[in-house]
Amino acid sequence: MKALILSSVALLGSVSLGAHAIGGQDSYELVSKGRYIATLGDCTACHTVPGQPLFSGGVSIDTPFGKLVGANITPDTTTGIGRWSFEDFQNTMARGHARNGKRLYPAMPYTAYTKVSREDNYALWAYLRTIEPVHHKVETNQLPFPLSVRLNMSVWNLLNFSEGEYQPKADKSAQWNRGAYLVQGLGHCGTCHTPKSLLGGDNDSAFLRGGALGGVTAPDITGTDHVGLGAWSEDDIVEYLKTGANRYDIASGPMAEAVEHSTQFWHDQDLRAVAVYLKDLGEQHERPEPLAAEQPVMSVGRAIYEDRCSGCHTPNGEGIAKLFPKLANAPLVNADDPTSLIGVVLAGSRAVSTEAAPTGPAMPAFAWNLKDDQVAAVLTYIRNTWGNAASEVTASEVGKRRDALMKQ
Amino acid sequence: MTTQAKKLPGTDVVVVGLGWAGSIVAKELADAGLRVIGFERGAWRDTASDFNIASAADELRYVQRQELMLRTRQNTCTLRNNVTQTALPMRTWGSFHPGNGTGGAGNHWAGITFRFQPDEFHLKSHLEDRYGKQALEGLSVQDWGTTWEEMEPFYDAFERVAGISGKAGNIGGTLIEGGNPFEGPRRRDYPNPPTQQTFAPTLFAEAARNLGYKPFPVPSALASQGYTNSYGVTMGPCTFCGFCTNYGCANYSKASAIVNVLPALIRMPNFTAKTHCEVLEVRKDSSGKRATGIVYVDANGQTWEQPAEIVVVAAFTFENVRLMLLSGIGEPYDPVSNTGTTGRNYAYQTANNVQLFFDEGKNFNPFIGGGAIGMGIDEFNNDNFDHSGLGFVGGGSTRVTPIGAAPIASRPVPPGTPRWGSQWKKTTAQYYSASMSIGCEASNYSSRTNYLSLDPTYKDPHGRPLLRITFDFTENDLRMAQYVTGKTAEIARALNPSLVVESPRKAPWNNTSYQSSHVVGGFVMGADPATSSVNKHLQVWDVPNLFVVGASAFPQNPGYNPTGTVGALAFKAAHAIRTLYLKRPGEMISV
Repeated sequence: MKALILSSVALLGSVSLGAHAIGGQDSYELVSKGRYIATLGDCTACHTVPGQPLFSGGVSIDTPFGKLVGANITPDTTTGIGRWSFEDFQNTMARGHARNGKRLYPAMPYTAYTKVSREDNYALWAYLRTIEPVHHKVETNQLPFPLSVRLNMSVWNLLNFSEGEYQPKADKSAQWNRGAYLVQGLGHCGTCHTPKSLLGGDNDSAFLRGGALGGVTAPDITGTDHVGLGAWSEDDIVEYLKTGANRYDIASGPMAEAVEHSTQFWHDQDLRAVAVYLKDLGEQHERPEPLAAEQPVMSVGRAIYEDRCSGCHTPNGEGIAKLFPKLANAPLVNADDPTSLIGVVLAGSRAVSTEAAPTGPAMPAFAWNLKDDQVAAVLTYIRNTWGNAASEVTASEVGKRRDALMKQ
Repeated sequence: MTTQAKKLPGTDVVVVGLGWAGSIVAKELADAGLRVIGFERGAWRDTASDFNIASAADELRYVQRQELMLRTRQNTCTLRNNVTQTALPMRTWGSFHPGNGTGGAGNHWAGITFRFQPDEFHLKSHLEDRYGKQALEGLSVQDWGTTWEEMEPFYDAFERVAGISGKAGNIGGTLIEGGNPFEGPRRRDYPNPPTQQTFAPTLFAEAARNLGYKPFPVPSALASQGYTNSYGVTMGPCTFCGFCTNYGCANYSKASAIVNVLPALIRMPNFTAKTHCEVLEVRKDSSGKRATGIVYVDANGQTWEQPAEIVVVAAFTFENVRLMLLSGIGEPYDPVSNTGTTGRNYAYQTANNVQLFFDEGKNFNPFIGGGAIGMGIDEFNNDNFDHSGLGFVGGGSTRVTPIGAAPIASRPVPPGTPRWGSQWKKTTAQYYSASMSIGCEASNYSSRTNYLSLDPTYKDPHGRPLLRITFDFTENDLRMAQYVTGKTAEIARALNPSLVVESPRKAPWNNTSYQSSHVVGGFVMGADPATSSVNKHLQVWDVPNLFVVGASAFPQNPGYNPTGTVGALAFKAAHAIRTLYLKRPGEMISV
């Protein structure tokens, strides 16, 4: 990384940003800031294939509508964004219009990035200009017809997109506003954690109340009790984002990637601001009643839990901090949609390994030795024990998920 | 062979072997900012993918088929009991289990983690003072060239990184009730409290206490609770699953390099691991006084030379010694002339056992257990008792540590039971849950006739001679085995079993059944270059930039498991390199 910064600075001298030619100490600070913004925005998630040059594109993104591919955003003049002006870039971030007015699909989360300040976009732009240009042609649009017609997006935008920088709320603290700015904008948390409409637009009335995409349920991350982060303290949220693990949970799946590439490198005060903001969101509502322990499905589930799960997650569902997630009072366990839970039991998952918590433990797959009704029973038991309460999981839900996983 | 090696760009340090010793040295030196490359002849092993809990508990795979062990086709030893015999190669592992892959034998170990006692480090002087020179006749027992005081900080460091569970018996000279009263004074307690105990160790401890002994929880690398070490990696509490010794741990409970060190080390940009790369030799310059690097062969059969400023050899005992013999480091030991040091003072462990059978009233649930969960006494270990007039020196650690009675191998039956058929079935059913054993893991003192050398006949796939073990139990050890087994049986009888079967270790040593993987010595540490290969910093005499770390440095083996001391020596060597050697590189450390 150090070497990267040095070569970046050297390169900057020869790069002209139109009227905004920059150089010297200012450029160093601007580029450093831009690099941090790229980390906040987790640009690498979609724009860097692991093992390939930084931001050279090619990451495949499966959407409910078809396949899109992350663009080459290096300053290469033919396959990257080397010919773009800052205004082209600003338009992309703020409006979803690429150079020459080409409309982007919202897999590029411009619906969130529109909140980013022009000043931050400028720093990000300055940083991207310093990246090694890579000649790598990427066909970003691999959607089926008629979705492949980009002009459709103008209608979509009309229905689903409100443009505009984040506007601070005067009645909230600077810290809260910083958190809101990061969560709504660069962090683009809503991309996964906000439920989607049929058209794939955000359901803003349920902002961060949990979403489902590609077989994974992203939990409610508002301060709501039971299904949200009500039980988590601000410290818990900061620790989770910084290390990938805390006394409740450990990141796996898409969140593991978000922690690995992005949040573990966020400044502590930014993580704290995020925690303050998230804890202030959500509304409390009555907890549902758990299923009665005497129900046959609960007895079956309990027997399977004791035999197959309790060794790691412990008999009372408390888990082991940083290693085996706590199941008691866990938001994801209580989520209305059990899709993620089913997927984890069937296919297993691997937790994130970070600088601060390098272990990276794993959940084994049980698809090969638990039947659909057994997975359903054990999840129903887990979702209705130790203070948890959530709908029964059915064997047909498990069967559907199993079929989908088998096709992958 | 080596002339074809392609030369790679140099590095600061190469470490040969990524088991406990190599991983610790590599981590400590990488933390100091050095560029480290670690070489491992086996695969990269990782708990999440290799020891997944859904598939790790497989006795056929891991015990009967020995998946974690080195393949004898890849490398084995030849063995004989004395110089008059012709050694033959071991084609299946029996007496011991060398590991393979990252984590090494530290993946399938039991986890028993003793410190050696203060007197061990000056054993020769101590025994001669107490019993006279004639007590050591026929033995080549010697001092380590270091002291308890010098070792203690590094034992402490290893216990912290490995998350050892136990109860201190002696903190700073104050004896602690319930701990081992014979241990050396330690600076502080173990990082984790002892685990709970199962039925058999509990019964044993009661009986031992009634006889006036002082039972203590065996110090264990099986974590009693969640634990995060200073490298940031986390262990989970042991679940007593019983798939422990010979298995990799699926619960992150049994400490190993792959659980406790490598997840942090592999993230470091200045560390590289090269797996499936077998080191063929350590290269020296023309003066013979400087190691220039190592030569290795990769998985494609390509041979490479990796130059380095510092070479640390930290493989298993056998391979440490063989690499030194193959590389011409030190003079090979000759038992006839009693000269040379490479291969000298090879020693083993004298494993004794007493089996108890109960006809009624006992159900031990023997499938519950772990390799290091148990209770022990040390009244008959090492020199903790007066040997005057007994005709031997040494002793053993007496303990009950039920490792988990797996269904294929664990079929205890009284002697005389048919080995198959309906009577065998009936008897195994009768005693599976109604039998327990008390082990006595006893010392093995080196002698002039037990040693390691290159085999004149048998070669590995690279055409290099195999290592030849010349070993048998000495009269001293056989007398000791009879004595400590008798003492163990007294405790057994106090439990009123219907049958006690005593199995003291007997000669000749052979490979037909498992005894212990505690093979030590052959490249021992000491203060005198005439009788040792490395100094107290594990630095090779006359080759100052070469360090050889592991149980190969033990001059003899006390009645304890070796891994705690292997870990301590690894920290000791790394500390010496960081704080002393790097100040005056290329010179022997003189302090």
